Amino acid sequence: MSLFKPRVPLAPLEYTKRLWMRAWVGLVLFFLYAPLLTLIAFSFNDSRRGNVVWRGFTFDYYEKALNNESLMIAMGNSLTIALISTIVSVVIGALAAVMLWRFRFPGKTATEGAMALPIVVPEICMGVAMLVFFAKIGFPTDLPWPFSLGAIIIAHITFCFPFVTMVVRSRLTSFNREEEEAAKDLGATEWQAFRDVLLPHMKPGLVAGALLAFTLSLDDFVITFFTSGPNTITFPVKVYSMVRFSVTPEVNAASALLIALTVILTTIALKVQSRMGGTPQGH
Amino acid sequence: MQDWKLNRALFASIASAPTLWLVLFFIVPLGLVWLYSFGTNVGLTEIDISGTFANYARALEPLYLGIFLKSVWIAGLTTVICLVVGFPVALAIVFATPKWRPWLLLGIMLPFWTNLLIRTYALMAVLRTEGFANQTIGWMWDKWSGLMTFAGLQPLGDFTPLPLLYNNFAVVLGLVYVHLPFMVLPLYAALDRLDKSLIEASLDLGAGHVRTLLSIVAPLAAPGIISGIIITFVPALGAYLTPDLLGGTDSQMIANVIERQFKRANDWPFGAALSFLLMYATFIAIAFQAMKSRQAERRQ
Repeated sequence: MSLFKPRVPLAPLEYTKRLWMRAWVGLVLFFLYAPLLTLIAFSFNDSRRGNVVWRGFTFDYYEKALNNESLMIAMGNSLTIALISTIVSVVIGALAAVMLWRFRFPGKTATEGAMALPIVVPEICMGVAMLVFFAKIGFPTDLPWPFSLGAIIIAHITFCFPFVTMVVRSRLTSFNREEEEAAKDLGATEWQAFRDVLLPHMKPGLVAGALLAFTLSLDDFVITFFTSGPNTITFPVKVYSMVRFSVTPEVNAASALLIALTVILTTIALKVQSRMGGTPQGH
Repeated sequence: MQDWKLNRALFASIASAPTLWLVLFFIVPLGLVWLYSFGTNVGLTEIDISGTFANYARALEPLYLGIFLKSVWIAGLTTVICLVVGFPVALAIVFATPKWRPWLLLGIMLPFWTNLLIRTYALMAVLRTEGFANQTIGWMWDKWSGLMTFAGLQPLGDFTPLPLLYNNFAVVLGLVYVHLPFMVLPLYAALDRLDKSLIEASLDLGAGHVRTLLSIVAPLAAPGIISGIIITFVPALGAYLTPDLLGGTDSQMIANVIERQFKRANDWPFGAALSFLLMYATFIAIAFQAMKSRQAERRQ
């Protein structure tokens, strides 16, 4: 190690400046990113068999993926489901957060626990429960397009809204209740106080919760796998059926597009979060 | 906090939608599965809820018990590897300069937000017989072989690709790959809250880094370590996609067996019993975490 000894001696807590620590973090990041980066890089490779030999740059597979009708229908389904689930999840999740934050009522602890359950229950159990439930009530399978996605949307809302509740509730802890009381003293009705005082305060939490719900919905495979039928294929379910058999550059291209979407959404979420952290806290 | 009786109408208008949704689309479906787990198949689609425990008894047969124990073992191994790999990373983020810290955090979080299926697929492309891992090893093999011929030694012979995919190794690797951020983030949160002067004091008083880590850092960060372990262990135990895509015929986990009961074997009561056993295992793990973190809080 004496070969690598730095010129300035290290302070005891400068762990990050130690060589073995840097190497470790570097290796972990390599492990996390190398598969994803090669996937993106080889989506541009001009080779039919998804070969690992570089044969030149091409956009062909993006063109192919974008022209693959069933893949694009699946993508459209996924985005539609994510959008509707997000809107409903934000409304229900925010209501649940306000309920738990504002009121004292009998059975509150049980309600809190039940609201957190969808977060901790294994995905497979929830998927199975949804399959059994929709089979039991005989959910119609021959509805026209956006309604045919109903079962999947219901399932997605069920596992998304508790996450929204969690995010919004943590935002509400920084709300100064005196602001609301002042508004009411000055003659605001319950609704006006909610709309003009509480809602603006909740807004960053709502945006963060919405982005979380959207990503979770777009990401979900297991629960969707149990609720989707032959006419309601989502993007992950479609990719699953494609990758079970082969690794093709077309799937690479479609995946790369979804990764790009995720990166954009994550960036927005982090921006919103840092703005949330920057606002002065109440109390 | 307001008592609900003071404004019943307002409480009802706020509480009804979320409560109704949760009961109708979560509690009722789970309740149905629970009821089915005590049922028997009569006819092709009909299930008679007869109150039998036969499904649970069948789940305890050596075959299924073996798969269950194997799932616990694989999830446990994954958790240990994640802890060992993730702890130095969390430590590095905590002690990184303010300029670097958000970037390192983002670096850990971005894969966490990326689609699980895509991450698993990316791993498949790396591990398969003609994938990058084998290509790289093969290339090094050839170079080394060439070098040995050059040095007048017997060459190594042809490179046979390593079976990296469709086995237990691939499943554990895949689970670590997917769950590593689950471990690093709570560890980071716990270590960040730590009073750094305690570590300095320990080092000043002559303890080495390892001793400081074991007797100062670990006990103080215990709640975070425990929650990291549970957050990693619970989804790893119920993992479906990773063993399905990366595993071979002998690396099935409990979720794969459950899926088969519902989709192919069409034995819903048995599948329902297995799902509830998995759920109970999850609840035990979470209750354990709650108990331990309360103990750790009391000690401080």
